[in-house]
Amino acid sequence: MIDTRLSEEQQALQAEVARFAREVVAPVAAHHDETKTFPYAVVEQMAAMGLFGLPFPEEHGGMGGDYLTLCLAIEELARVDQSVAITLEAAVSLGAMPVYRFGSDEQKRRWLPELVSGSRLGAFGLTESGAGSDVASMRTTATRTASGWVINGTKEFITNSGTDITSLITVCAVTGRKDDGRPVLSSFLVPADSAGLTVEPAYSKVGWHASDTHPLTFANVEVGEDALLGAEGRGYSNFLSILDEGRIAIAALATGAAQGCVDESIKYAQQREAFGRPIAGFQSISFMIADMEARTETARAMWHHAAARMNAGLPYKKEAAIAKLVAGDAAMQNARAATQIHGGYGFMNEFLVARHYRDSKILEVGEGTSEVQRMIIARELGLPS
Amino acid sequence: MKIVVCVKQVPDSWSERQLRADHRLDRDAAERVINDLDTYAVEAALQIVEQHGGETLALSMGPASAEEAVRKALQMGVDAGAVVTDDALAGSDAVATARVLAAAIASLGADLVVMGVESTDAKMSVVPAMVAEVLGWPMLTQAQALSIDGATATIERQTATGHDVVQADLPAVVSVVEKFNEPRYPSFKGITAAKKKTVDVLTLAGLGVDPTTVGTAGSPTSVAAAQPAPTRGAGVIVDEDPAAISALVDFLAERRLV
Ligand SMILES: Cc1cc2nc3c(=O)[nH]c(=O)nc-3n(C[C@H](O)[C@H](O)[C@H](O)COP(=O)(O)OP(=O)(O)OC[C@H]3O[C@@H](n4cnc5c(N)ncnc54)[C@H](O)[C@@H]3O)c2cc1C
Repeated sequence: MIDTRLSEEQQALQAEVARFAREVVAPVAAHHDETKTFPYAVVEQMAAMGLFGLPFPEEHGGMGGDYLTLCLAIEELARVDQSVAITLEAAVSLGAMPVYRFGSDEQKRRWLPELVSGSRLGAFGLTESGAGSDVASMRTTATRTASGWVINGTKEFITNSGTDITSLITVCAVTGRKDDGRPVLSSFLVPADSAGLTVEPAYSKVGWHASDTHPLTFANVEVGEDALLGAEGRGYSNFLSILDEGRIAIAALATGAAQGCVDESIKYAQQREAFGRPIAGFQSISFMIADMEARTETARAMWHHAAARMNAGLPYKKEAAIAKLVAGDAAMQNARAATQIHGGYGFMNEFLVARHYRDSKILEVGEGTSEVQRMIIARELGLPS
Repeated sequence: MKIVVCVKQVPDSWSERQLRADHRLDRDAAERVINDLDTYAVEAALQIVEQHGGETLALSMGPASAEEAVRKALQMGVDAGAVVTDDALAGSDAVATARVLAAAIASLGADLVVMGVESTDAKMSVVPAMVAEVLGWPMLTQAQALSIDGATATIERQTATGHDVVQADLPAVVSVVEKFNEPRYPSFKGITAAKKKTVDVLTLAGLGVDPTTVGTAGSPTSVAAAQPAPTRGAGVIVDEDPAAISALVDFLAERRLV
């Protein structure tokens, strides 16, 4: 078992983000959910606090923390607002991280300062209508031209792709075929204001209302030679490694959601009376909360474990998949229990647990469905999957 | 420009606070945090230095744990800290506290002292003025804005109806109100950097303060009795009918609110 104790500094940051979530994020969360508006002012304050720079070294304008520290912040935000948490998660782990991990010095100089400071957001375009879990069915193409590449195709469900402050969309595209017909995938750094790139109208979603999600259309989008991120043909494996670590971040987000459900349920069960006593006095309610707490602690222990392995340079693919699987499940189950504990009020949108109920479903789907996590775990065990 | 910000460690005002048998606040009963209004003073100092250059120093008087309040200021970006701690200080009232802070400021040197307008535990709002008095410096109270031009400090002093513009020559003491700014949240870089910053421990002997002029002995205030605030009575509910309007007006008029 690896040491997962947090440093004093990590604990201090966790406490500050919790305070920020309580004081700045929570008071406007229901409003942005109801109006389906992107919380620009909140994001600006998150940027001022350095949250977008958490895992990056100071030479790139970062805070000198690590991936685990980023995940601590994501978890605290998700307790009160999953939309804000996913905005940070996608911007850092999917937007800036690929540039930091695979970019050339020039690409890093061009993109990292604004992404790391949080003044601009990056997005990550992998999913297509015909290619979600099955990435190899991707249709979007990038074809060589005299001066670079031309990209054609569509992407679906791309987080942070249409905000006023989105500057970069990293796109995965087919750049050729192998002898067996499988696609050669490469990734490209596409400026958000590129000619031919259309950000289609936002989706009407079940949850994550204050997070920005759009389909994207690429019609002869021309980019330079310098847009290729990493080596040609490395797009797939690069994305896989980004998704591996991203799973830990989503697991942290889901743990925050599960914790938020526990927080609200304890408060409500102690204050709501029925049959002459607080409903917390009924064992069916207190046991429900005990189970919620058990799921939350399990999920947290698992993502800390996966993150600690990653920080220590140990393999963590299986652990990250387990963390994502159990945390997504914990969030969904806790949201269901928490709304039950809240009775009719749990069905009212202004209650945080109702928002968690709508928001948590995607945690079993986004960045790899629960079935995909099981496939990864089975594969890591040497089973055919 | 050297700015000293005074910060106080107080019991968390979000938690239940208790009085001891001697009617004084039980400081061990609640979690200790930096006085909220002092973070506004820290923010003010940081903004002045960002505009004009210079250095900032956070100063606290209190038990050894007061260093935690100073560290919080360092996490926000203050350069260095100092804590005056001494067994003889226990029981110091506002006058004794001001004496000690003034001695420390004189010893550390400052062009400007910034303080929160009150602490959330004692709520007396007198220490900043007393510090200025002991130092013999001008005092600018209740600042909602502050600008420095050469050797002059200009503030907007918050009033019930708006603000007054008040000026003083430096060195001066300024107390700030909540309206001044939104204190920044420490970043991870700030938190990491704060660990490496120095916090000097100052003693009464080092500052040349006579121990009989501070602590319980040197404090003219004594607490004779204390009572918990009365619990709130039931309110009056006004129905939504035409009579409600005159009822509301009468209510406000009785309390001289209109
Ligand atoms: C709000 C939101 C934000 C998103 N943000 C982004 C983003 O920023 N960037 C991005 O690229 N994508 C993003 N996505 C897309 C998301 O990652 C995909 O929706 C997800 O990976 C699932 O793909 P799919 O929707 O095509 O489902 P499918 O892959 O079609 O899956 C349908 C069902 O079949 C199951 N299934 C598929 N294959 C197998 C198999 N081999 N064995 C067993 N079961 C299988 C799945 O588990 C699922 O239950 C986002 C989605 C949403 C809803």
